[in-house]
Amino acid sequence: MAKILWWAVAILGAFALGGIALHRGETINAMWIVVAAVCIYALGYRFYSAWIAAKVLSVDPARTTPAIRLNNGRDFVPTHRWIVFGHHFAAIAGPGPLIGPTLAAQFGYLPGTLWILAGGVLGGCVQDMTILFLSTRRNGRSLGQIAREELGPVGGYAAMLGTLVIMIILIAVLGLVVVNAMRHSPWATATVFSTIPIAILVGLYLRNIRPGRVLEGSLIGVVLLLLAVVGGGVVDSHPQVRAMFDYAGEPLAWFVIVYGFIAAVLPVWLLLAPRDYLSTFLKLGTILLLAIAVIVMRPELKMPAVTQFIDGTGPIFGGAVFPFVFITIACGAVSGFHALIASGTTPKLISSEADIRLVGYGSMMLESGVALMAIIAATLLEPGVYFAINSGPGVVGATAEAAVATISSWGFPVTVELMQSLAREMGETTLFARTGGAPSLAVGMASIFSSAFGQGLLALWYHFAIMFEAVFILTTLDAGTRVGRFMLQDLFGHFSPSLGRTSWYPSVLLSSALIVAGWGYFLYIGVVDPNGGINILWPLFGISNQLLAGIALCIATGIIIKQGKLRYAWVTAVPLAWLAIVTTTATWQKVVSTDPRVGFLAAADQLATKLASGVLPPAQADVAPQLIFNQRLDAGLALLLTGLLWVVIADTLRVSWRVRQGLPVPPSSETPAIAMAQVRT
Amino acid sequence: MKTQLVHLSSRLWALIRLLSTDDAYERYLAHRARHHAAEPLLDRRAFYLCEQEHKWNGVKRCC
Repeated sequence: MAKILWWAVAILGAFALGGIALHRGETINAMWIVVAAVCIYALGYRFYSAWIAAKVLSVDPARTTPAIRLNNGRDFVPTHRWIVFGHHFAAIAGPGPLIGPTLAAQFGYLPGTLWILAGGVLGGCVQDMTILFLSTRRNGRSLGQIAREELGPVGGYAAMLGTLVIMIILIAVLGLVVVNAMRHSPWATATVFSTIPIAILVGLYLRNIRPGRVLEGSLIGVVLLLLAVVGGGVVDSHPQVRAMFDYAGEPLAWFVIVYGFIAAVLPVWLLLAPRDYLSTFLKLGTILLLAIAVIVMRPELKMPAVTQFIDGTGPIFGGAVFPFVFITIACGAVSGFHALIASGTTPKLISSEADIRLVGYGSMMLESGVALMAIIAATLLEPGVYFAINSGPGVVGATAEAAVATISSWGFPVTVELMQSLAREMGETTLFARTGGAPSLAVGMASIFSSAFGQGLLALWYHFAIMFEAVFILTTLDAGTRVGRFMLQDLFGHFSPSLGRTSWYPSVLLSSALIVAGWGYFLYIGVVDPNGGINILWPLFGISNQLLAGIALCIATGIIIKQGKLRYAWVTAVPLAWLAIVTTTATWQKVVSTDPRVGFLAAADQLATKLASGVLPPAQADVAPQLIFNQRLDAGLALLLTGLLWVVIADTLRVSWRVRQGLPVPPSSETPAIAMAQVRT
Repeated sequence: MKTQLVHLSSRLWALIRLLSTDDAYERYLAHRARHHAAEPLLDRRAFYLCEQEHKWNGVKRCC
């Protein structure tokens, strides 16, 4: 009976997937994607993850986990599997799976959807589950420590350097997304600004008034945040107050930079912790709401399955569908960053190895589902509107008339009037060139929400969506800056013990300033770049995230081979090979391509020529030297990242070859098996 | 029926508290009572601050 049911799921999934892939009509209903996804996830979880757990990892529920053995009531706490699932999902799901798919929608809905499904089930979920398992078997050691112990120092240092770089690029790109959403939008700016005092208020409540009453504090905070959305609208309607919140990109970038520094040096209870509680509640609530709305509304997707931009001429970012769809959508398909979480807090909570499948594979499946919702929200917009919001002025033209003419000439009709009335409905003065993905996602979400839960509230829904994105982007920004700070302090500790002390204030200030300067630089350049900045930063982020995934998969493959399971090594080696091909090709194109829309160096040279011949308008000529330097720096950074990946791959091959030859390799760092029965007295 | 509903909602409430770490202090007290009954206890506020400091000491949020 069960067999028949699973066959039915397989056939339904294949049918829905075939429907999506072969459909060439005007529009397609989003339910096709939902049905295909549910079937594929169900099959992947029921069969592939079970097979990996049993055969490749040899998961043993009778074996004690570190949470049981080292239970100290603090980090090591045996926890119910659904609770671990909740914590792990809340930790891995950030703004990435919302932004990447929105940008990748320029290729049409099909490439992104297929990659999210295949990359998730065969790549990302496998990576998360495998690393979680390996770390659980090693007392919850971090990815870097596992790399050092199992492969050698090279892998360990590469993982550490990769983490630091990805953190800096990630924060910069997220900061840029927030700045672009607030640029000349008093409503959004007032709302986002007010999230800071609200978080501080909740922080004080949770510390001084009712210590530790997280639910009460969060409830108060969420109510205040909703009021802030409404309050932003009030601000927007008063001409004088409105002007106080109307900023260009540069001052907003400085605001984010100063904010990031202050947030990193303040005690966590004051800003970071309460903000995180609020963002987690908002995130879970909004995702749930979006899922319900998609199922209730069953919207039609207006974007074609595949657009002409698969050839690399896309306005949002340059580069062909291969390799760039695989770089643009990292979170939601394969995200190396997850390996840091899966080898951090989560393994210390796992109470039985049998739970690893649900927590590792299952959480990533859910995140992949979030990415699909983002693609649905982006592609249900009229394509012309989608391109008008997401294309920088350097690509489609600086005026509204020029932009609609360019976009309409691509076959995606849009008019100035349509954009103006849409902006008015959303409570904005303009929606043109709001690059970064957040505003177009917010427009998409606002249209679904308002049609599902009440027409006429478009402006409120839009700014709710912007606030929701900003709140957890700023959480990632605070938390990321702190992590970068700890890593730097750890590094400094090798040279000067006092600089290594995480609580010594001069060291806190110095290391925080360095990290903030790192991402602040990329953020600032992104803001002054007339092409929107995202087109440079997001691919770099994608490359660094896939690099980290590559390192994690190398470690997993190396360990599987060391355990004598060469015949199963393809489970991690195939996604690894795919990521290596994708990142290497992308880096190669980003560096050597002669198309200035793709190649960093070509763009730098083109700008240098223009600058020398004096054809640039003065405003652009002022920033041109910085942009030229930045493009060259980005080329170097991309080469460094991909070089790191290949060093780790070479190291893994070396260890694997030595295993085959019977030569000595670093011993397994797995903790010896202790049966549950021996511990439970 | 009514008792079932009450039972269900109290379990749901317990789950929400557990997931949001609202009950962390109670769990801490229970843990101390079980394993370290003789040692001094942190008060609610000191425990909360200590937990936060501890929680944000590493990679805790992702992209």
